[in-house]
Amino acid sequence: MTTTQLPTAAEPRRVEVPKKPPRRQREGAAWVFLSPWVLGACVLTLLPMAVSFYLSFTDYDLFNSPNWVGLRNYTQMFTEDPRYWRSVGATLMYVVIAVPLQLALALVVALALKNMKHGRAFYRSAFYAPSLLGASMSIALVWRAIFNDGGTVDNLFGTGGWVNKPGWALFAVALLTVWQFGAPMVIFLAGLQQIPGELYEAAEVDGASRWRQFLSITVPMLSPVIFFNLVLQTIQAFQVFTPAFAVSAGKGGPADSTLFYTLYLYDRGFVASHMGYASAMAWVLLIAIGAITAVLFRTSRSWVFYASEGDR
Amino acid sequence: MTTTTSTPAVRKPIAWRRVALHAGCLAALLVMLYPLAWLLATSLKPATEVIASLDLLPSKLEWSNYKTALDGVNDVSVTQLLTNSLLIAGGAVIGNVISCSLAAYAFARLRFRFRGPLFAFMIATIMLPHHAVLIPQYIIFNQLGMVNTYWPLILPKFLATEAFFVFLIVQFMRGLPRELEEAARIDGCGPFRSFFSVILPLTRPALITTAIFTFIWTWNDFFTQLIYLFSPEKFTLTLALRSFVDASSTSAFGPMFAMSVIALLPIVLFFLAFQRFLVEGMANSGIKG
Repeated sequence: MTTTQLPTAAEPRRVEVPKKPPRRQREGAAWVFLSPWVLGACVLTLLPMAVSFYLSFTDYDLFNSPNWVGLRNYTQMFTEDPRYWRSVGATLMYVVIAVPLQLALALVVALALKNMKHGRAFYRSAFYAPSLLGASMSIALVWRAIFNDGGTVDNLFGTGGWVNKPGWALFAVALLTVWQFGAPMVIFLAGLQQIPGELYEAAEVDGASRWRQFLSITVPMLSPVIFFNLVLQTIQAFQVFTPAFAVSAGKGGPADSTLFYTLYLYDRGFVASHMGYASAMAWVLLIAIGAITAVLFRTSRSWVFYASEGDR
Repeated sequence: MTTTTSTPAVRKPIAWRRVALHAGCLAALLVMLYPLAWLLATSLKPATEVIASLDLLPSKLEWSNYKTALDGVNDVSVTQLLTNSLLIAGGAVIGNVISCSLAAYAFARLRFRFRGPLFAFMIATIMLPHHAVLIPQYIIFNQLGMVNTYWPLILPKFLATEAFFVFLIVQFMRGLPRELEEAARIDGCGPFRSFFSVILPLTRPALITTAIFTFIWTWNDFFTQLIYLFSPEKFTLTLALRSFVDASSTSAFGPMFAMSVIALLPIVLFFLAFQRFLVEGMANSGIKG
């Protein structure tokens, strides 16, 4: 207990603490806490991944024992199955339309709410609510009715029902995703509030325009949050299932325009019982999402700015 | 709030801007809430008005839609469906809160071998598409004779498979001062005592966030239930609504949307009661990551 000897940050006053239990005992305690997670990771994540990798080279159909067919599932998928490519096209189209629109809207609303003095908490909650409701079957059914022939959109714009037109049905589903912009908006808003106000004050003194401030302060300071939202929403968008199922009554129509990858995977695996084929599809999806995430991380080096490294 | 540069001439447009901002936000809010208003109105419309009428509001309130909806689908009453949904969501909540907080404590506070790689693996599984493990999981549960029971929907939650919540709780626990446990250790607490008596009570906000999100996500879940449940008496509200997807006759519209309202009600109530936890929980997931 001396004031001359400063404790280091890493080992704060270890001298005072009575002796710790032996290392092995403490380790044991950690594994007890971890045991449910370890069990889940092994039995419900790693083992299934290995099994589905194996099954992707078989003709497994749930009822008969699997036969090894080599790469046939993959070659069939890539070269002989036009529906597969239509499902890839529909999914990519949906991701490319829905995610940027949703994030742009989320950012605009977050910027609008940022400096609001009254009512910010109210708007924040109200805009967030659809993010909780939007994944439900109830809302998917509402969407189908609003965008159907004779629905609200048809009556307002005279376009006919979107969900029955091959080029339009995807937009209806994408708009449901855009409608749920609240979750990324809340994250943007939290990020915006962490940007130090002095930066803007200094820029003001230097005579920077608001647009200039946005480009030179807001965007770089917010870039980690933008990146986080981009990765998260992209991964989630690849796995959307319920609205496409509801809008097309599980068929992916019209003309396979809403046949999302997940919907086709469900159709192959659980409707047609081609589990081997569906496993191959699942692995391609896994690799595709991994590759896209890796690309996003790679490009992030050039545009994501971390102000305080090591801030955890 | 500096007044050094603002003159009355500059102040005025700012006031205008504020009015325009609120007007814009309110307009956006109206558009956003339209689908919900539409749902509520349609659930009370007579069958003839659902498609034919352009008015949002029904000419008279058709409460019989709700009566029909309460009778349920496939001879299964809404009470039964609601109970099933609550059972699954409740089980999932309990499972996630217990298993995720246990794993989180180990990751946040305890030292063990391979901690770094295991933590990285745990984070990676947040991004893992559910579909990659779906089919073998189905086969496993099929072998165990658990298909068409609630086990496949609840059991994984007791094994901390939703890594997002482990991460959420880890982040929260890292914010708690370490001195608390050191004090507990001086008083002779082992890791178990200090977890249950010191850390867990302080982690309550994160646990509540976990519980609410788990409830809502499980309640809304459709895909897993669609795969595992096929007896109508085991159906949840979500699956029962799905039966309406195939029925295209407009006469079923009123009852269908009445049931949709019933299915959304718990989420709306949860949202109104816990919105602070939900919004804060979502906000923290982003900026600390």
